[in-house]
Amino acid sequence: MAARLETIQSLTSALGPLNTSEFRGDTRVVVPRDRLLSALSILKSERQMDLLVDITCVDYLHYRGAGDRFGLVYLLGSSETAERLTLRVFVNEPDLTVPSAVGLYEAANWLEREIWDMFGIRFAGHPDHRRILLPEPFTAHPLRKDYPLQGRGERHNFPVLSRNQG
Amino acid sequence: MPLEPSTLTQDIAHDEPQEYLWTLNFGPQHPATHTTLRIVLKLDGERVVDAMPDIGYLHSGFEKIGEHLDYNQYVTVTDRMNYISPMANNVAWHQAVEKLLGLEVPRRCQYIRTLICELARISDHLLCVGAMGLDTGAFTFFLYAFNRREDIYDIFETLCGARFTNSYTRVGGLMYDITPLVVEKIRQFVRTFPKTLDDMERLLNRNRIFVDRTKGVGLLARQDALGYGTSGPVARASGVTRDLRKDEPYLAYPDFDFRVVCMRTGDCYARYLVRMAEMRESLKIIAQAIENLPPGPVNSPVGERTALPDKAQVFQTIEGTITHFELMMSNRGFQTPCEETYAAIESPNGELGFYVVGDGSDVAWRARCRPPSFVHFAVFPHLIRGHTLSDVVAVLGSLNIIAAELDR
Repeated sequence: MAARLETIQSLTSALGPLNTSEFRGDTRVVVPRDRLLSALSILKSERQMDLLVDITCVDYLHYRGAGDRFGLVYLLGSSETAERLTLRVFVNEPDLTVPSAVGLYEAANWLEREIWDMFGIRFAGHPDHRRILLPEPFTAHPLRKDYPLQGRGERHNFPVLSRNQG
Repeated sequence: MPLEPSTLTQDIAHDEPQEYLWTLNFGPQHPATHTTLRIVLKLDGERVVDAMPDIGYLHSGFEKIGEHLDYNQYVTVTDRMNYISPMANNVAWHQAVEKLLGLEVPRRCQYIRTLICELARISDHLLCVGAMGLDTGAFTFFLYAFNRREDIYDIFETLCGARFTNSYTRVGGLMYDITPLVVEKIRQFVRTFPKTLDDMERLLNRNRIFVDRTKGVGLLARQDALGYGTSGPVARASGVTRDLRKDEPYLAYPDFDFRVVCMRTGDCYARYLVRMAEMRESLKIIAQAIENLPPGPVNSPVGERTALPDKAQVFQTIEGTITHFELMMSNRGFQTPCEETYAAIESPNGELGFYVVGDGSDVAWRARCRPPSFVHFAVFPHLIRGHTLSDVVAVLGSLNIIAAELDR
């Protein structure tokens, strides 16, 4: 509890007042998009948050009481103190660009590529900004809520390779 | 002997003209990749200058399916993520769901979940070290490992009826309670498994070929292990002491006496040794859990309306019928808060977490899986640079990449 307060204190003293909440022991801090990298570097240098456990994204299209379209989730952990913190960043269309965290955490590389692949959120400054799970010519971002679960699929968008061409 | 990383780094490769470099396509259907993954290797003679993993061949949209199946149904999909240790995935998923719902499962259920998690860990590590031995030429070792995996499959079959895709957990409990026959089988496994471990260690630990092919190969320094976000045996072989069973005790782990196995060297051989030693620690936990199983129910009480009651209760008691009805009808089901939470377990491969977003209904708004294989495979190019082509399989084997979990 004390460690949690100190962590929030070190963030707010550098970045100004932040929206924090707690649910079942998880501490969540909402940071503005342009302050994300400074928040991450403060946590890494001052609070020994040396592990980027996961980056994920939630699409809040038609979610009850949601004001923003996409919410990015940065799950941070510490190998020293076993403390955890969740950073939230909200982004809206049309500007779906977030600064990339690869410079601070190498783990962000593939995780950000997956989010680009599945949600279509761009990461500015990413060294290898390609799709990761889906093929490069794929046009959609399937984990968005407006992408259907069932349908014809995307096969018709791809050329058919015959044995001679292959 | 201190181990040094290989000197041939990516920088050298990019400074010189590169016409002499070979490009080799490894996978996606190569037997040594075990599963469907592809690596494009740039070779200088037999040395790997660079490796570009190309994944997604097994992508099946598990997270999208998670947004359309309810909390009990989705457990069948988690089986298919890391199909080497499906029990650990089941437990991880329902632990996250129960955290979202604010449920506390009964003590007996916690013990049984701990028990099956540790059995799954042994099963997973046996596959990993066995396949690693197989890839580096030790076929007998592989048979020793797989023979004992069969015993674990038998235990799981007796426990829940399924050998491979168990789907054993439920929200607020388990599919079945443990039976005396299962207890007897687990006791027998605990009695006989140390001898197998001794045999396996004698076969491989000082085997000249195996040690030469794994020692000093695929070095991961502690700093890189942290930076890449690795966890589990991969991180612990590099000197990271993090183990969620100790750091964030969940289930019944605080009750048991066991040690966290760590090494400093961070090469393939260290990862092999950590896995072998972790099996012994898991066996200790299993032995303690099976002898101290608390009495009582395995499911949350019927009155709480969270766990599906068993059939006898459904057909013979009015509370059971009502609970079954409330949970099964499409317009009823779980009352989840409009909140989101992350819960992780120390799965055999590393930190396996689920980020679950509830939206009030009994279907998750978002069911994100944090797969350890995905994070570990991102380290692969870093580990293989400067080593030879034959080391690719040793490094792959030591990371234990499961493509179904990698691609989901």
